[in-house]
Amino acid sequence: MSTLGTEENPLLVAIVGSGPSGFYAAEALIKSEVNVKVDTLERLPSPYGLVRSGVAPDHQKLKQVIALYQKTADSPDFNLIANVNVGTDITIEELCQSHHAVIITSGAETDRKLGVPGEDLNGSYTATEFVGWYNGHPDYRDREFDLSHEVAVIIGQGNVAADVSRILAKTVDELKHTDIAQHALDTLAESKIKEIHVIGRRGPAQAKFTPKELREFGELSDCNSIVREEDMLLNSESEAELQEKSNIASKKIYEQFCEFSKREVDPAKSRNCYFNFLMGPKELIGETKLEKIILEKNQLSGEAFKQSARGTGETIELETGILFRSIGYRGVPIAGVPFHESWGTIPNENGRITDNDGNIIPKLYAAGWIKRGPSGIIGTNRACSVETVQCLLEDLEKLADKTNKAGAEEIYSILNKKNIRYVNFDDWKKVDAKEIEVGDPKGKPREKFTYVDEMLSVIDS
Amino acid sequence: MTTIVTENCKNCRFTDCVTVCPVACFHYDDEMLYIDPDTCIDCSACIPECPVQAIFEGDDIPEDQEQWIEINAEKAPDLPVCEEQMEPLPGAEERKAALGF
Repeated sequence: MSTLGTEENPLLVAIVGSGPSGFYAAEALIKSEVNVKVDTLERLPSPYGLVRSGVAPDHQKLKQVIALYQKTADSPDFNLIANVNVGTDITIEELCQSHHAVIITSGAETDRKLGVPGEDLNGSYTATEFVGWYNGHPDYRDREFDLSHEVAVIIGQGNVAADVSRILAKTVDELKHTDIAQHALDTLAESKIKEIHVIGRRGPAQAKFTPKELREFGELSDCNSIVREEDMLLNSESEAELQEKSNIASKKIYEQFCEFSKREVDPAKSRNCYFNFLMGPKELIGETKLEKIILEKNQLSGEAFKQSARGTGETIELETGILFRSIGYRGVPIAGVPFHESWGTIPNENGRITDNDGNIIPKLYAAGWIKRGPSGIIGTNRACSVETVQCLLEDLEKLADKTNKAGAEEIYSILNKKNIRYVNFDDWKKVDAKEIEVGDPKGKPREKFTYVDEMLSVIDS
Repeated sequence: MTTIVTENCKNCRFTDCVTVCPVACFHYDDEMLYIDPDTCIDCSACIPECPVQAIFEGDDIPEDQEQWIEINAEKAPDLPVCEEQMEPLPGAEERKAALGF
Protein backbone atom coordinates (compact mmCIF):
# COMPACT_ATOMS: atom_id res chain seq x y z
CA MET A 1 0.00 0.00 0.00
CA SER A 2 1.39 3.39 -1.00
CA THR A 3 1.71 6.32 1.36
CA LEU A 4 -1.56 7.88 2.48
CA GLY A 5 -2.45 11.19 0.90
CA THR A 6 -1.12 10.46 -2.58
CA GLU A 7 -2.96 10.30 -5.87
CA GLU A 8 -3.12 6.49 -5.73
CA ASN A 9 -4.13 6.47 -2.08
CA PRO A 10 -5.92 9.72 -1.20
CA LEU A 11 -6.76 10.59 2.40
CA LEU A 12 -10.50 9.98 2.80
CA VAL A 13 -12.14 12.22 5.39
CA ALA A 14 -15.80 12.23 6.44
CA ILE A 15 -17.02 15.51 7.94
CA VAL A 16 -20.19 15.44 10.02
CA GLY A 17 -22.03 18.73 9.54
CA SER A 18 -21.99 21.32 6.74
CA GLY A 19 -21.99 24.52 8.76
CA PRO A 20 -19.10 27.01 8.75
CA SER A 21 -16.77 24.71 10.74
CA GLY A 22 -17.44 21.80 8.40
CA PHE A 23 -16.76 23.94 5.35
CA TYR A 24 -13.61 25.49 6.83
CA ALA A 25 -12.33 22.01 7.69
CA ALA A 26 -13.08 20.84 4.14
CA GLU A 27 -11.37 23.93 2.70
CA ALA A 28 -8.26 23.43 4.84
CA LEU A 29 -8.03 19.77 3.80
CA ILE A 30 -8.54 20.48 0.10
CA LYS A 31 -5.99 23.33 0.12
CA SER A 32 -3.38 21.18 1.91
CA GLU A 33 -0.44 19.49 0.17
CA VAL A 34 -2.10 16.14 0.75
CA ASN A 35 -4.27 14.41 -1.84
CA VAL A 36 -7.65 14.25 -0.16
CA LYS A 37 -11.29 13.37 -0.75
CA VAL A 38 -13.83 14.94 1.56
CA ASP A 39 -17.34 13.59 2.09
CA THR A 40 -19.46 16.00 4.12
CA LEU A 41 -22.58 14.56 5.75
CA GLU A 42 -25.50 16.84 6.59
CA ARG A 43 -28.73 16.07 8.40
CA LEU A 44 -30.90 18.42 6.28
CA PRO A 45 -31.11 18.51 2.48
CA SER A 46 -29.72 22.08 2.73
CA PRO A 47 -26.09 22.90 3.65
CA TYR A 48 -24.49 25.83 5.54
CA GLY A 49 -25.82 25.22 9.07
CA LEU A 50 -26.25 28.36 11.12
CA VAL A 51 -25.34 30.66 8.22
CA ARG A 52 -28.65 29.59 6.71
CA SER A 53 -30.70 28.97 9.83
CA GLY A 54 -29.01 31.02 12.57
CA VAL A 55 -27.72 34.30 11.08
CA ALA A 56 -30.62 36.75 11.26
CA PRO A 57 -32.53 37.38 8.02
CA ASP A 58 -31.86 41.13 8.28
CA HIS A 59 -28.10 40.41 8.26
CA GLN A 60 -27.93 39.40 4.61
CA LYS A 61 -24.39 40.65 4.10
CA LEU A 62 -23.07 38.06 6.57
CA LYS A 63 -24.70 35.35 4.50
CA GLN A 64 -22.46 36.29 1.57
CA VAL A 65 -19.89 34.04 3.25
CA ILE A 66 -21.79 31.24 1.47
CA ALA A 67 -20.06 32.25 -1.80
CA LEU A 68 -16.80 31.02 -0.29
CA TYR A 69 -18.36 27.72 0.84
CA GLN A 70 -19.74 27.25 -2.66
CA LYS A 71 -16.22 27.56 -4.02
CA THR A 72 -15.11 24.75 -1.69
CA ALA A 73 -18.14 22.68 -2.67
CA ASP A 74 -17.30 23.07 -6.36
CA SER A 75 -13.91 21.41 -5.83
CA PRO A 76 -13.74 17.91 -7.38
CA ASP A 77 -12.39 16.71 -4.03
CA PHE A 78 -15.56 17.75 -2.17
CA ASN A 79 -18.73 15.71 -1.98
CA LEU A 80 -21.95 16.46 -0.08
CA ILE A 81 -24.09 13.64 1.27
CA ALA A 82 -27.07 15.48 2.71
CA ASN A 83 -30.41 14.50 4.26
CA VAL A 84 -28.53 11.87 6.27
CA ASN A 85 -28.58 11.65 10.05
CA VAL A 86 -25.25 10.49 11.45
CA GLY A 87 -25.86 8.33 14.48
CA THR A 88 -29.07 6.78 13.15
CA ASP A 89 -28.94 6.52 9.32
CA ILE A 90 -25.23 5.75 9.46
CA THR A 91 -23.04 5.24 12.49
CA ILE A 92 -19.73 6.82 13.45
CA GLU A 93 -18.29 3.30 13.46
CA GLU A 94 -19.36 2.83 9.84
CA LEU A 95 -17.77 6.17 8.88
CA CYS A 96 -14.54 5.05 10.57
CA GLN A 97 -14.67 1.91 8.39
CA SER A 98 -15.27 3.79 5.14
CA HIS A 99 -12.89 6.71 5.78
CA HIS A 100 -9.42 7.28 7.26
CA ALA A 101 -10.65 9.99 9.60
CA VAL A 102 -13.90 11.59 10.76
CA ILE A 103 -14.26 15.25 11.78
CA ILE A 104 -17.34 16.11 13.83
CA THR A 105 -18.58 19.66 13.25
CA SER A 106 -22.14 19.22 14.47
CA GLY A 107 -22.29 22.51 16.37
CA ALA A 108 -24.31 23.27 19.47
CA GLU A 109 -27.88 22.41 18.64
CA THR A 110 -29.67 22.98 21.89
CA ASP A 111 -30.02 25.68 24.57
CA ARG A 112 -28.77 25.79 28.11
CA LYS A 113 -31.57 25.74 30.66
CA LEU A 114 -32.29 28.53 33.13
CA GLY A 115 -32.85 26.02 35.91
CA VAL A 116 -35.77 27.90 37.50
CA PRO A 117 -39.30 26.74 38.35
CA GLY A 118 -41.85 27.23 35.56
CA GLU A 119 -39.23 27.16 32.81
CA ASP A 120 -41.27 24.67 30.76
CA LEU A 121 -44.55 26.57 30.97
CA ASN A 122 -46.36 27.19 27.72
CA GLY A 123 -45.16 30.60 26.52
CA SER A 124 -41.56 30.04 27.64
CA TYR A 125 -39.38 29.24 24.64
CA THR A 126 -35.76 28.78 23.70
CA ALA A 127 -34.08 31.28 21.40
CA THR A 128 -33.09 28.30 19.23
CA GLU A 129 -36.72 27.43 18.48
CA PHE A 130 -37.63 30.99 17.60
CA VAL A 131 -34.52 31.64 15.51
CA GLY A 132 -34.99 28.31 13.69
CA TRP A 133 -38.64 29.17 13.11
CA TYR A 134 -38.14 32.60 11.58
CA ASN A 135 -35.22 31.28 9.55
CA GLY A 136 -37.28 28.43 8.08
CA HIS A 137 -35.43 25.51 9.70
CA PRO A 138 -37.54 22.36 9.03
CA ASP A 139 -37.21 21.21 12.68
CA TYR A 140 -39.03 24.33 13.88
CA ARG A 141 -41.34 24.96 10.92
CA ASP A 142 -44.50 24.02 12.76
CA ARG A 143 -43.77 25.68 16.08
CA GLU A 144 -46.36 28.22 17.13
CA PHE A 145 -45.49 31.42 18.92
CA ASP A 146 -48.28 33.36 20.53
CA LEU A 147 -47.43 37.01 19.92
CA SER A 148 -50.79 38.26 21.19
CA HIS A 149 -49.28 39.54 24.46
CA GLU A 150 -48.05 43.09 24.89
CA VAL A 151 -44.94 42.22 26.89
CA ALA A 152 -42.14 39.92 25.76
CA VAL A 153 -39.10 38.98 27.83
CA ILE A 154 -35.71 37.89 26.50
CA ILE A 155 -33.24 36.43 28.98
CA GLY A 156 -29.65 36.94 27.85
CA GLN A 157 -27.10 39.58 26.92
CA GLY A 158 -25.48 38.17 23.79
CA ASN A 159 -25.98 38.47 20.06
CA VAL A 160 -28.68 35.80 19.88
CA ALA A 161 -30.72 37.66 22.51
CA ALA A 162 -30.16 40.78 20.39
CA ASP A 163 -31.33 39.00 17.21
CA VAL A 164 -34.52 37.73 18.86
CA SER A 165 -35.28 41.15 20.36
CA ARG A 166 -34.60 42.98 17.12
CA ILE A 167 -36.82 40.66 15.07
CA LEU A 168 -39.64 41.29 17.57
CA ALA A 169 -38.93 45.04 17.47
CA LYS A 170 -38.90 45.46 13.71
CA THR A 171 -41.88 46.21 11.52
CA VAL A 172 -42.96 43.98 8.67
CA ASP A 173 -41.63 46.64 6.29
CA GLU A 174 -38.21 46.31 7.87
CA LEU A 175 -38.24 42.54 7.36
CA LYS A 176 -40.19 41.82 4.20
CA HIS A 177 -37.25 42.17 1.82
CA THR A 178 -35.04 39.76 3.80
CA ASP A 179 -35.06 35.97 3.49
CA ILE A 180 -37.21 35.59 6.62
CA ALA A 181 -39.58 32.62 6.27
CA GLN A 182 -43.01 33.66 5.01
CA HIS A 183 -44.87 31.89 7.85
CA ALA A 184 -42.84 33.91 10.37
CA LEU A 185 -43.43 37.19 8.56
CA ASP A 186 -47.18 36.49 8.55
CA THR A 187 -47.19 35.78 12.30
CA LEU A 188 -44.99 38.80 13.10
CA ALA A 189 -47.36 41.00 11.08
CA GLU A 190 -50.06 40.20 13.64
CA SER A 191 -47.80 40.73 16.67
CA LYS A 192 -49.29 42.72 19.54
CA ILE A 193 -45.97 43.08 21.33
CA LYS A 194 -45.39 46.62 22.56
CA GLU A 195 -42.76 46.11 25.23
CA ILE A 196 -39.63 44.04 24.87
CA HIS A 197 -37.55 43.48 27.99
CA VAL A 198 -34.00 42.26 27.53
CA ILE A 199 -32.78 40.91 30.88
CA GLY A 200 -29.06 40.75 31.67
CA ARG A 201 -27.57 39.01 34.68
CA ARG A 202 -24.66 41.44 34.87
CA GLY A 203 -24.22 45.14 34.14
CA PRO A 204 -23.88 47.26 30.99
CA ALA A 205 -20.09 46.93 31.14
CA GLN A 206 -20.31 43.13 30.89
CA ALA A 207 -22.93 42.73 28.14
CA LYS A 208 -21.75 40.43 25.37
CA PHE A 209 -23.40 42.04 22.37
CA THR A 210 -21.08 43.15 19.60
CA PRO A 211 -21.01 46.96 19.32
CA LYS A 212 -22.34 46.77 15.79
CA GLU A 213 -25.31 44.61 16.77
CA LEU A 214 -26.21 46.95 19.62
CA ARG A 215 -25.96 50.00 17.37
CA GLU A 216 -28.75 48.58 15.21
CA PHE A 217 -31.13 49.11 18.13
CA GLY A 218 -30.61 52.83 17.70
CA GLU A 219 -31.84 52.68 14.12
CA LEU A 220 -35.18 50.89 14.44
CA SER A 221 -38.02 52.59 12.59
CA ASP A 222 -40.83 51.95 15.08
CA CYS A 223 -39.16 51.03 18.37
CA ASN A 224 -37.43 53.07 21.07
CA SER A 225 -34.38 51.55 22.74
CA ILE A 226 -34.57 52.46 26.41
CA VAL A 227 -31.94 52.27 29.14
CA ARG A 228 -32.42 53.75 32.62
CA GLU A 229 -29.83 56.40 33.42
CA GLU A 230 -29.28 55.01 36.92
CA ASP A 231 -28.29 51.67 35.39
CA MET A 232 -25.31 53.40 33.81
CA LEU A 233 -23.67 53.98 37.19
CA LEU A 234 -20.77 51.55 37.51
CA ASN A 235 -18.94 50.10 40.47
CA SER A 236 -15.20 50.75 40.61
CA GLU A 237 -14.37 47.26 39.27
CA SER A 238 -16.52 47.81 36.18
CA GLU A 239 -14.95 51.27 35.74
CA ALA A 240 -11.54 49.58 35.82
CA GLU A 241 -12.68 47.02 33.23
CA LEU A 242 -13.66 49.79 30.82
CA GLN A 243 -10.36 51.62 31.40
CA GLU A 244 -8.42 48.60 30.15
CA LYS A 245 -7.28 49.43 26.64
CA SER A 246 -7.83 45.93 25.27
CA ASN A 247 -11.45 45.98 26.41
CA ILE A 248 -12.45 48.46 23.72
CA ALA A 249 -15.54 46.49 22.62
CA SER A 250 -17.09 46.67 26.11
CA LYS A 251 -16.33 50.38 26.22
CA LYS A 252 -18.14 50.92 22.92
CA ILE A 253 -21.12 48.90 24.15
CA TYR A 254 -21.25 50.88 27.37
CA GLU A 255 -21.09 54.17 25.44
CA GLN A 256 -23.92 53.00 23.21
CA PHE A 257 -26.06 52.17 26.24
CA CYS A 258 -25.24 55.62 27.67
CA GLU A 259 -26.42 57.17 24.43
CA PHE A 260 -29.69 55.21 24.65
CA SER A 261 -30.14 56.31 28.28
CA LYS A 262 -29.99 59.97 27.25
CA ARG A 263 -32.42 59.65 24.35
CA GLU A 264 -35.89 61.11 24.52
CA VAL A 265 -38.48 58.38 24.13
CA ASP A 266 -40.34 59.02 20.89
CA PRO A 267 -44.07 58.56 21.72
CA ALA A 268 -44.88 58.14 18.05
CA LYS A 269 -43.06 54.83 18.02
CA SER A 270 -45.34 51.93 18.85
CA ARG A 271 -42.80 49.67 20.54
CA ASN A 272 -40.26 50.06 23.34
CA CYS A 273 -37.27 47.81 23.92
CA TYR A 274 -35.92 48.03 27.48
CA PHE A 275 -32.42 46.87 28.33
CA ASN A 276 -32.46 45.74 31.97
CA PHE A 277 -29.29 44.96 33.89
CA LEU A 278 -28.29 43.14 37.08
CA MET A 279 -31.37 40.94 37.10
CA GLY A 280 -31.97 37.24 36.79
CA PRO A 281 -35.05 35.04 36.47
CA LYS A 282 -36.12 33.44 39.74
CA GLU A 283 -39.42 31.90 38.79
CA LEU A 284 -41.86 31.73 35.90
CA ILE A 285 -45.46 31.73 37.04
CA GLY A 286 -48.69 30.75 35.34
CA GLU A 287 -51.66 28.41 35.67
CA THR A 288 -51.48 26.68 32.33
CA LYS A 289 -49.32 29.19 30.53
CA LEU A 290 -46.80 31.88 31.38
CA GLU A 291 -48.39 34.86 33.13
CA LYS A 292 -45.55 36.56 34.90
CA ILE A 293 -41.90 36.31 35.76
CA ILE A 294 -40.27 36.97 39.11
CA LEU A 295 -36.90 38.62 38.63
CA GLU A 296 -34.29 38.92 41.33
CA LYS A 297 -32.01 41.93 41.42
CA ASN A 298 -28.32 41.09 41.33
CA GLN A 299 -25.15 42.76 42.48
CA LEU A 300 -21.67 42.19 41.18
CA SER A 301 -18.93 40.79 43.34
CA GLY A 302 -15.32 39.90 42.70
CA GLU A 303 -12.36 41.66 41.14
CA ALA A 304 -12.38 43.39 37.75
CA PHE A 305 -12.93 40.98 34.80
CA LYS A 306 -13.94 38.24 37.23
CA GLN A 307 -17.11 39.80 38.56
CA SER A 308 -20.02 37.47 39.01
CA ALA A 309 -23.67 38.29 39.62
CA ARG A 310 -25.24 37.35 42.94
CA GLY A 311 -28.88 37.63 43.91
CA THR A 312 -29.68 40.33 46.49
CA GLY A 313 -32.99 38.79 47.57
CA GLU A 314 -34.89 41.79 46.27
CA THR A 315 -37.41 40.73 43.64
CA ILE A 316 -39.65 42.41 41.11
CA GLU A 317 -42.53 41.01 39.09
CA LEU A 318 -43.16 41.51 35.43
CA GLU A 319 -46.36 40.41 33.71
CA THR A 320 -45.56 38.72 30.43
CA GLY A 321 -47.03 36.08 28.19
CA ILE A 322 -43.98 35.18 26.15
CA LEU A 323 -40.37 34.58 27.13
CA PHE A 324 -37.27 33.50 25.22
CA ARG A 325 -34.19 32.19 26.94
CA SER A 326 -30.87 32.84 25.27
CA ILE A 327 -28.17 32.13 27.80
CA GLY A 328 -25.95 29.90 25.70
CA TYR A 329 -25.97 26.76 23.65
CA ARG A 330 -25.00 23.15 24.18
CA GLY A 331 -23.95 20.43 21.80
CA VAL A 332 -25.98 17.24 21.42
CA PRO A 333 -24.22 13.88 21.91
CA ILE A 334 -23.66 11.62 18.89
CA ALA A 335 -23.81 7.86 19.42
CA GLY A 336 -20.31 6.39 19.43
CA VAL A 337 -18.56 9.68 20.32
CA PRO A 338 -17.57 10.71 23.86
CA PHE A 339 -19.43 13.70 25.29
CA HIS A 340 -18.69 16.07 28.13
CA GLU A 341 -22.06 16.35 29.82
CA SER A 342 -21.49 19.53 31.83
CA TRP A 343 -19.73 21.47 29.05
CA GLY A 344 -22.01 20.22 26.28
CA THR A 345 -19.00 19.59 24.03
CA ILE A 346 -16.93 16.63 22.80
CA PRO A 347 -13.77 16.23 24.91
CA ASN A 348 -10.72 16.90 22.74
CA GLU A 349 -7.15 18.07 22.61
CA ASN A 350 -6.75 20.77 19.93
CA GLY A 351 -9.39 18.90 17.93
CA ARG A 352 -8.24 15.33 18.54
CA ILE A 353 -11.20 13.66 20.25
CA THR A 354 -10.40 12.03 23.59
CA ASP A 355 -12.36 9.88 25.99
CA ASN A 356 -13.44 11.50 29.24
CA ASP A 357 -10.09 10.54 30.80
CA GLY A 358 -8.13 12.44 28.15
CA ASN A 359 -6.95 9.44 26.09
CA ILE A 360 -6.88 10.28 22.39
CA ILE A 361 -9.24 8.19 20.26
CA PRO A 362 -7.62 7.52 16.88
CA LYS A 363 -9.39 8.69 13.71
CA LEU A 364 -11.88 10.99 15.46
CA TYR A 365 -11.60 14.79 15.35
CA ALA A 366 -13.84 17.74 16.21
CA ALA A 367 -14.04 21.38 15.14
CA GLY A 368 -16.25 24.39 15.78
CA TRP A 369 -18.77 24.79 18.59
CA ILE A 370 -18.92 21.07 19.39
CA LYS A 371 -15.14 21.28 19.99
CA ARG A 372 -14.76 24.51 21.95
CA GLY A 373 -18.28 25.49 23.00
CA PRO A 374 -20.56 28.16 21.56
CA SER A 375 -18.28 31.19 21.43
CA GLY A 376 -17.09 33.52 18.72
CA ILE A 377 -18.60 34.36 15.37
CA ILE A 378 -18.45 32.72 11.94
CA GLY A 379 -14.79 33.54 11.30
CA THR A 380 -13.66 32.26 14.69
CA ASN A 381 -14.51 28.80 13.41
CA ARG A 382 -12.04 29.10 10.57
CA ALA A 383 -9.07 29.27 12.94
CA CYS A 384 -10.64 26.44 14.95
CA SER A 385 -11.09 24.12 11.94
CA VAL A 386 -7.61 24.92 10.62
CA GLU A 387 -6.14 23.83 13.98
CA THR A 388 -8.05 20.54 13.85
CA VAL A 389 -7.01 19.84 10.27
CA GLN A 390 -3.36 20.55 11.17
CA CYS A 391 -3.57 17.90 13.91
CA LEU A 392 -5.19 15.46 11.51
CA LEU A 393 -2.46 15.98 8.92
CA GLU A 394 0.24 15.52 11.57
CA ASP A 395 -1.37 12.14 12.33
CA LEU A 396 -1.29 11.04 8.69
CA GLU A 397 1.02 8.08 9.24
CA LYS A 398 -1.13 6.76 12.07
CA LEU A 399 -4.26 7.08 9.95
CA ALA A 400 -2.90 4.87 7.17
CA ASP A 401 -4.94 1.71 7.13
CA LYS A 402 -4.00 -1.76 5.91
CA THR A 403 -7.44 -2.37 4.47
CA ASN A 404 -8.73 -0.49 1.46
CA LYS A 405 -11.11 2.36 2.18
CA ALA A 406 -14.11 2.68 -0.11
CA GLY A 407 -15.09 6.21 1.02
CA ALA A 408 -18.36 7.58 -0.35
CA GLU A 409 -19.20 4.34 -2.21
CA GLU A 410 -19.39 2.48 1.08
CA ILE A 411 -21.61 5.19 2.60
CA TYR A 412 -23.93 5.01 -0.44
CA SER A 413 -24.17 1.25 -0.19
CA ILE A 414 -25.13 1.45 3.50
CA LEU A 415 -27.72 4.18 2.82
CA ASN A 416 -29.16 2.34 -0.19
CA LYS A 417 -29.60 -0.84 1.84
CA LYS A 418 -31.60 1.16 4.38
CA ASN A 419 -33.54 2.94 1.64
CA ILE A 420 -32.35 6.35 2.79
CA ARG A 421 -32.75 9.14 0.29
CA TYR A 422 -29.57 11.22 0.13
CA VAL A 423 -28.97 14.53 -1.58
CA ASN A 424 -25.77 15.76 -3.28
CA PHE A 425 -24.52 19.28 -3.96
CA ASP A 426 -25.99 19.42 -7.47
CA ASP A 427 -29.38 18.48 -6.00
CA TRP A 428 -29.01 21.30 -3.49
CA LYS A 429 -28.17 23.74 -6.30
CA LYS A 430 -31.61 23.02 -7.78
CA VAL A 431 -33.28 23.88 -4.46
CA ASP A 432 -31.10 26.97 -4.13
CA ALA A 433 -32.02 28.23 -7.61
CA LYS A 434 -35.71 27.58 -7.00
CA GLU A 435 -35.68 29.45 -3.68
CA ILE A 436 -34.10 32.48 -5.36
CA GLU A 437 -36.65 32.28 -8.17
CA VAL A 438 -39.61 32.14 -5.77
CA GLY A 439 -38.24 34.98 -3.63
CA ASP A 440 -37.57 37.33 -6.53
CA PRO A 441 -41.11 38.62 -7.27
CA LYS A 442 -41.52 39.42 -3.55
CA GLY A 443 -38.29 41.40 -3.50
CA LYS A 444 -36.69 38.80 -1.23
CA PRO A 445 -33.22 37.36 -1.77
CA ARG A 446 -34.86 33.94 -1.55
CA GLU A 447 -37.98 32.25 -0.19
CA LYS A 448 -36.79 29.25 1.78
CA PHE A 449 -38.42 25.87 1.50
CA THR A 450 -39.18 24.98 5.08
CA TYR A 451 -40.20 21.34 4.75
CA VAL A 452 -37.78 18.56 3.82
CA ASP A 453 -40.42 17.05 1.49
CA GLU A 454 -40.74 20.36 -0.40
CA MET A 455 -36.99 20.41 -1.00
CA LEU A 456 -36.98 16.80 -2.17
CA SER A 457 -39.83 17.41 -4.60
CA VAL A 458 -37.94 20.38 -6.10
CA ILE A 459 -34.99 18.05 -6.60
CA ASP A 460 -37.23 15.45 -8.24
CA SER A 461 -38.99 17.93 -10.53
CA MET B 1 -20.72 49.90 6.21
CA THR B 2 -17.04 49.34 5.57
CA THR B 3 -14.39 47.64 7.63
CA ILE B 4 -10.84 48.94 7.18
CA VAL B 5 -7.24 48.56 8.35
CA THR B 6 -5.71 51.85 9.46
CA GLU B 7 -2.42 53.55 10.41
CA ASN B 8 -1.54 51.36 13.42
CA CYS B 9 -0.98 48.30 11.22
CA LYS B 10 1.86 50.07 9.39
CA ASN B 11 5.19 48.39 10.21
CA CYS B 12 3.45 45.93 12.58
CA ARG B 13 1.44 43.60 10.35
CA PHE B 14 0.69 41.15 13.15
CA THR B 15 -1.89 39.33 10.94
CA ASP B 16 -3.85 37.86 13.90
CA CYS B 17 -6.95 39.17 12.11
CA VAL B 18 -6.36 36.92 9.13
CA THR B 19 -6.94 33.69 11.05
CA VAL B 20 -10.56 34.58 11.84
CA CYS B 21 -11.53 36.18 8.54
CA PRO B 22 -14.35 34.00 7.16
CA VAL B 23 -13.88 35.21 3.58
CA ALA B 24 -10.09 35.74 3.21
CA CYS B 25 -10.44 39.44 2.37
CA PHE B 26 -7.07 40.62 3.79
CA HIS B 27 -4.34 41.57 1.31
CA TYR B 28 -0.78 42.59 2.15
CA ASP B 29 2.22 44.57 1.03
CA ASP B 30 5.61 45.10 2.71
CA GLU B 31 4.14 47.47 5.28
CA MET B 32 0.67 46.40 6.32
CA LEU B 33 -2.64 44.70 5.54
CA TYR B 34 -5.62 46.05 3.62
CA ILE B 35 -9.23 44.83 3.44
CA ASP B 36 -10.92 44.33 0.09
CA PRO B 37 -14.34 45.93 0.63
CA ASP B 38 -15.87 43.89 -2.20
CA THR B 39 -15.08 40.61 -0.42
CA CYS B 40 -15.48 41.68 3.22
CA ILE B 41 -18.88 40.88 4.74
CA ASP B 42 -18.48 43.27 7.72
CA CYS B 43 -18.72 40.47 10.26
CA SER B 44 -16.25 42.32 12.53
CA ALA B 45 -14.58 39.10 13.75
CA CYS B 46 -11.16 40.65 13.00
CA ILE B 47 -11.64 43.81 15.05
CA PRO B 48 -10.96 42.38 18.54
CA GLU B 49 -8.05 40.27 17.19
CA CYS B 50 -5.78 43.19 16.30
CA PRO B 51 -3.16 43.70 19.03
CA VAL B 52 -2.79 47.38 18.04
CA GLN B 53 -6.50 48.11 17.37
CA ALA B 54 -5.88 49.09 13.76
CA ILE B 55 -9.19 47.76 12.41
CA PHE B 56 -12.37 49.81 12.51
CA GLU B 57 -15.82 49.43 11.07
CA GLY B 58 -18.52 51.85 9.93
CA ASP B 59 -19.44 54.48 12.48
CA ASP B 60 -16.48 53.56 14.65
CA ILE B 61 -13.88 54.76 12.14
CA PRO B 62 -12.12 57.73 13.79
CA GLU B 63 -12.32 60.91 11.74
CA ASP B 64 -8.56 61.21 11.41
CA GLN B 65 -8.42 57.71 9.89
CA GLU B 66 -11.12 58.14 7.26
CA GLN B 67 -8.60 58.44 4.42
CA TRP B 68 -7.93 54.73 4.94
CA ILE B 69 -11.35 53.81 3.52
CA GLU B 70 -10.12 54.81 0.07
CA ILE B 71 -6.61 53.43 0.57
CA ASN B 72 -7.95 49.96 1.52
CA ALA B 73 -10.31 49.91 -1.44
CA GLU B 74 -7.61 51.03 -3.89
CA LYS B 75 -4.72 48.90 -2.72
CA ALA B 76 -6.30 45.60 -1.66
CA PRO B 77 -7.49 44.20 -5.01
CA ASP B 78 -4.04 44.31 -6.65
CA LEU B 79 -2.12 42.84 -3.71
CA PRO B 80 -1.74 39.15 -2.76
CA VAL B 81 -4.30 37.66 -0.35
CA CYS B 82 -3.02 36.93 3.15
CA GLU B 83 -4.72 33.67 4.09
CA GLU B 84 -2.53 32.49 6.92
CA GLN B 85 -0.87 34.21 9.81
CA MET B 86 2.60 35.54 8.95
CA GLU B 87 5.51 36.57 11.17
CA PRO B 88 5.00 40.16 12.30
CA LEU B 89 7.35 42.70 10.67
CA PRO B 90 10.72 43.25 12.38
CA GLY B 91 10.25 45.89 15.05
CA ALA B 92 6.52 45.18 15.37
CA GLU B 93 6.69 44.56 19.12
CA GLU B 94 8.56 47.85 19.67
CA ARG B 95 6.02 49.71 17.58
CA LYS B 96 3.18 48.06 19.49
CA ALA B 97 4.72 49.24 22.77
CA ALA B 98 5.24 52.74 21.36
CA LEU B 99 1.54 52.82 20.40
CA GLY B 100 0.72 52.10 24.02
CA PHE B 101 -0.47 48.50 23.70
